Amino acid sequence: MITEFTPLTSAFGGALVGLSAVLLMALHGRILGATGIVGGLMRFDNASDWALRAALLLGMLAAPTALLLVTGTGPTIDIPVSTPAILLSGVIVGFGTFFGGGCTSGHGICGNARFSRRSITATISFMIGAFVTVFVIRHVIGV
Amino acid sequence: MKLLTAFLIGLIFGTGILIAGMGNPAKVLNFFDIAGTWDPSLIFVMGGALAVTIPGYLLVLGRPKPLFENGFQLPATKLIDKRLVLGSLTFGVGWGIAGFCPGGALPAMGTGRTEVLLFGVALIAGLLLARLLNRAITRPAGAARTA
Repeated sequence: MITEFTPLTSAFGGALVGLSAVLLMALHGRILGATGIVGGLMRFDNASDWALRAALLLGMLAAPTALLLVTGTGPTIDIPVSTPAILLSGVIVGFGTFFGGGCTSGHGICGNARFSRRSITATISFMIGAFVTVFVIRHVIGV
Repeated sequence: MKLLTAFLIGLIFGTGILIAGMGNPAKVLNFFDIAGTWDPSLIFVMGGALAVTIPGYLLVLGRPKPLFENGFQLPATKLIDKRLVLGSLTFGVGWGIAGFCPGGALPAMGTGRTEVLLFGVALIAGLLLARLLNRAITRPAGAARTA
């Protein structure tokens, strides 16, 4: 499936993501990482941390509706893979981000913006993993 | 107040992700498909995000503390080990299978689409599985019995 090259809207969306990361640090003093939010919601030892993560998650979940109300069109979500592939992918992503200590938001944006060597290493690693996987699936196996 | 700002920050993040195309697996997978239907848009997502976050963090982290808390919570560890590299490589493999990363999937889950919700359930399952395995390998042998 071909998708349109969208440098301007993608950079604008990215800038909003950056703005949210800066605001979370400025107001709450935290790194904005999706893995950390999900993982933190699975722990119940600190009520105020849990509530903060729940509020962040609710804001994220409200985004498609907000986008629909403001622009008149909801987000484009095309899923070109099967349901078993989605389930397998979810488990592997959850497993990997736990041991890797973060994902595209926590390492890829927040950590790299602090020039953290750990995050730069993680980003290179997950990019290699994804490039190789897509190449193997689409061009070696040929799905 | 703290929860309201957190909600709004989540909303800005989610809206940015969706506008950027990070919540669209077809677009994400095409970014990784240089040999096929390549769509380099995601470079611009990372570029746009870092163009704001790098100067933003420089300003914010130069201040004594965040507005609502007594200090910044930054990762203490600087360790680059097998755990970091293999964990991140594994995440990349999963990302390449379906095109969803956690930050892309969470806002997309707000559409209520079954496939995205299933990804969310599987993500939590993988995370809990990793947590169990981690507990098993970091606990010294026999400790479970004596505890």
